Order: sequence, then structure tokens, then C-alpha cells
Amino acid sequence: MEELLFIRFEVLPALLKGLVVSIKLIVPSAFFGLFIGIIIGALRVYGSTILKKAADTYVLIFRGFPLVVQLFIWYFGLPHIGIYLSPMVASIVGFSLCSSAYHSEYVRGAFLSVKTGQTMGAKALGFSKLQMIRFITLPQAFRRALPGCGNEIIYLIKYSSLAYMITCIELTGQGKIIASETFKYTEIFMIIGAIYLLLTTIASWILHRVENSLLLPGFEHYKA
Amino acid sequence: MAHRKTILRIEDMTKRYGSKTVLKNASLSLKEGELKILIGPSGGGKSTLLQCVNFLVKPDKGRIWLDGEEIIHSRKKELYAYRQKVGMIFQDFNLFDHLTALQNVQIALVKVKKKTKEQARTRAINELERVGLGDHIKKYPAQLSGGQKQRVSIARALAMDPKVMLLDEPTSALDPELISEVLDVIINLRLHGMTMIMSTHQIGFASELADELVFLEDGNILETGPPKKMLSDADCERTREFCSKITELYGNSF
Ligand SMILES: Nc1ncnc2c1ncn2[C@@H]1O[C@H](COP(=O)(O)OP(=O)(O)O)[C@@H](O)[C@H]1O
Ligand SMILES: [Mg+2]
Repeated sequence: MEELLFIRFEVLPALLKGLVVSIKLIVPSAFFGLFIGIIIGALRVYGSTILKKAADTYVLIFRGFPLVVQLFIWYFGLPHIGIYLSPMVASIVGFSLCSSAYHSEYVRGAFLSVKTGQTMGAKALGFSKLQMIRFITLPQAFRRALPGCGNEIIYLIKYSSLAYMITCIELTGQGKIIASETFKYTEIFMIIGAIYLLLTTIASWILHRVENSLLLPGFEHYKA
Repeated sequence: MAHRKTILRIEDMTKRYGSKTVLKNASLSLKEGELKILIGPSGGGKSTLLQCVNFLVKPDKGRIWLDGEEIIHSRKKELYAYRQKVGMIFQDFNLFDHLTALQNVQIALVKVKKKTKEQARTRAINELERVGLGDHIKKYPAQLSGGQKQRVSIARALAMDPKVMLLDEPTSALDPELISEVLDVIINLRLHGMTMIMSTHQIGFASELADELVFLEDGNILETGPPKKMLSDADCERTREFCSKITELYGNSF
């Protein structure tokens, strides 16, 4: 009984505060990550030689460096050149750039899978390259990339816990603090695990809804 | 015929892939309302020639005039404007898979020609009805037969009000029983005076409708002439051989 009261009045409010921070990290990072990922993916397929190289290098770097190192650079490194980011902003920047590199892989593959005939069809009608990407290949590539990108967003939910390494106290960070104050490591981390499970479940449900709402005849087998 | 004005003129078109020249100094001109049909063996350069005409393939050499104006394809704006005036029909239809038949026809009108959604819709419906697809406008490419897809692609090209149409083996990917529904649409275009270059193996169709046949082999235009002469009494030995073989294969009727 005492245990339950403790959890109800001490642990949960703290974790709730952490959860709010986590969501504030995850949602913008997912959004910016996907957005930048689409641009990088498009550049890797349709860019000039130089832009392609640049985009490939971008992916090499942001996929290659451990995420914690990237976060350290944004938070501890940038002040050396006079740029100060809050822990929250530094985390969002780190997560967005890293996940965009992964998104761009799925997006690139999806662009390449659009039949080349359609790009000729669009060009023959007088579409500029940008119009062709925007109105013809992107809508199709997006549908095909969605299962992979969704997967990346699920990962993001879990690796968002790394933010506490740069003092952005989100769910895992809060858990660590109260756990070390109370020594109830097992209970607290069980609860945290359950909350992440809930978050990823909700995210997959939303992603499925989006996939289904974008489903078209001829695209069925891209359904996850 | 002689007094009609020239719509399209192609001069000295050359295209190389690596060390292989797939099109050599091809020259061609089209008068208003004329239909020229490219014939020749597979790999002879028909698709390359047609795709050089609207610069989907960038020729290594060669000049093009539409309505007396030379097209400089390195100027992007000019290129896009030119392509709007040159309709292209592909062997594999190349419909946009994520769009309905109606949207396939509508999209370039809205995004490229900057018409309003309403204008575009009305025009698109008209064109689809004209090719006999009034009942299928809401269907996606995956829900259409090959013949229907090709007719959508023709409607899509016509909606742009092209001055010339390029048709690259428009019936080659179709099941035999679907060929005639597409050829009927092309015949109709012909009767309405559309200026066209088309490549095809449908030699019966070609001989009845074409003003001229153009024989293309190994990237060379070997001979050009009226269908009757080309099919029965060609000057060039290779033309005669090809024509007799193709007549055997594809018959004289369509
Ligand atoms: N992108 C390409 N790269 C290399 N060779 C090509 C390419 N496109 C076409 N070719 C070659 O050019 C020649 C002409 O091809 P094509 O114009 O498609 O002929 P056709 O349409 O008459 O069958 C063929 O030998 C073909 O292999
Ligand atoms: Mg061909």
C-alpha cells in the first residue's frame, strides 16, 4: 500500500514531467528528421554530381558518428565557436540530423523504385525537374518509404533517452534521478519501459493509420 | 500538300552512347497535318530519334525548329515551353501510378499550364471522353487495361494542345485484342489533322495512313518515301528486305 502511494504521488508526477519533455523532443525531431531526410534523399537521387556527393557525405557523417558524440558536439562543442544551444534544442538538432540520414536511405531507395518511364512522362509534358519530383515521384516515393521511415521514428522514440546525457532531463533522466534517490531501480525502470512501449505502440498505430489513408490501387504491397 | 507550312524540322541529329553512334545525322521535316512513320528493326534508333526530338535524350549534335523557331534546349524555360507543344506517347504508357485517369490528364494543365482546377477538370474530362474513357475517369492505372492506359496517355498529351505528337510504338506493349482500340484513336487524330511522327511495326496501319515511311537502321535514315513505293518497290535493298519480313509478320491489314 505504502509502495503504491509512493509510486502514485512521487514517481508518477516526476515521470510525467519527463514524459512531457520526451514528447517535446520526439515530435519535432521526427518531423524535422523526416523533412530533412526527404530533401537529402531527393538530392542523392536527382542532384547534380556535386550535390549528390555532398548529400552522400552528409549521410556518411551523421550515420557514422555515434549519436552521443553528435549530441556532445552540439551541446559542448558549439559554445567553442560562440553558439550556445539549450539542452533541448541541442538534442532536437542532434536527433533530427541523425535520423534524417537514416530516413534519406529509405527515401532514396523509394525514389529509385519509381519507374523511370514516369519521369520521362512528366518531362515530356513540360514539367521542370523540381515540379516532377514534387508532384510525380515524391508522392509515390513517400508511400513506399513510409514503412521504413516509420521504423526509424520508432527508433527515435527509444534513442531520445540519450538526451539526458546532455542534461536534457526527459523520461529516462527523470527515472534515473528518482531511482537514485529512492533506490527503487527495478520498479521505476519497469514503469519507464512500459511507458516507452506505450509510446512506440501509439506511434505504430498512427503510422499505420497514415499508411492506410495513403493507400492507392497499385500500391497495396507497400502496406506494412 | 506542298503549300502547307512546315511545323517541325530536324537537322543532322546525332547521338552517341560511348563509342557507339546510335543515331547518325538524321534529318526530317514535318508539314502541318502530316503523318510520318518510322519503321526499322529493333535497336535501329527509332526511340532515340523520337526522344531526341523533345530532348528527353540530349543529342550530341543536331538542330530543331518548331514553327520556324529554333529550340535551344540548354535554356530551361524554352525547353519546358517547347515540350508542352510536343506531345509524346510511349510504348509503356508512362502514366503516373498515384493518380487517377482524370488526375493524370489534369495535373500538367494545373501545374505546368497554370490553369485553374475547374478549367483543367473540364478539359480533362473532354479529352478522356474523346478517347472513349468517360466511364473510367476515377480509375487508377493499376485498374485499367493496357489499351485504356494508352488512351489515357493520349488524352493526357492532347490536353496540352500539342502542335506535334511523337508516338513511340504505341501498340507494341498491348495484347493483340487491345491494339485496335488504340489505333482507332490515332486514326481519329489523323483525320482531325494532327501532325505526327510515329514508330510502329503495324505495317498495314502504316501503309494506309502514313504520308511517308522512314526506314531507320543502325541509326541511319536509309530511305524515305510514300508507303506504296517503300513497301513494294523500295530503292534500297535493306528496306525491301525489312518490309517484306515485316509484312509477313504483321500482315497487311489492321
Ligand atoms: N541509354 C542508353 N545507353 C546505351 N545504349 C543505348 C541507350 N539507349 C539506347 N541505346 C542503344 O541505342 C540503339 C538504338 O536504340 P533505340 O533507339 O531504342 O532503337 P529502337 O527504338 O529502334 O528499337 C540500340 O542499340 C540501343 O541498345
Ligand atoms: Mg524503341
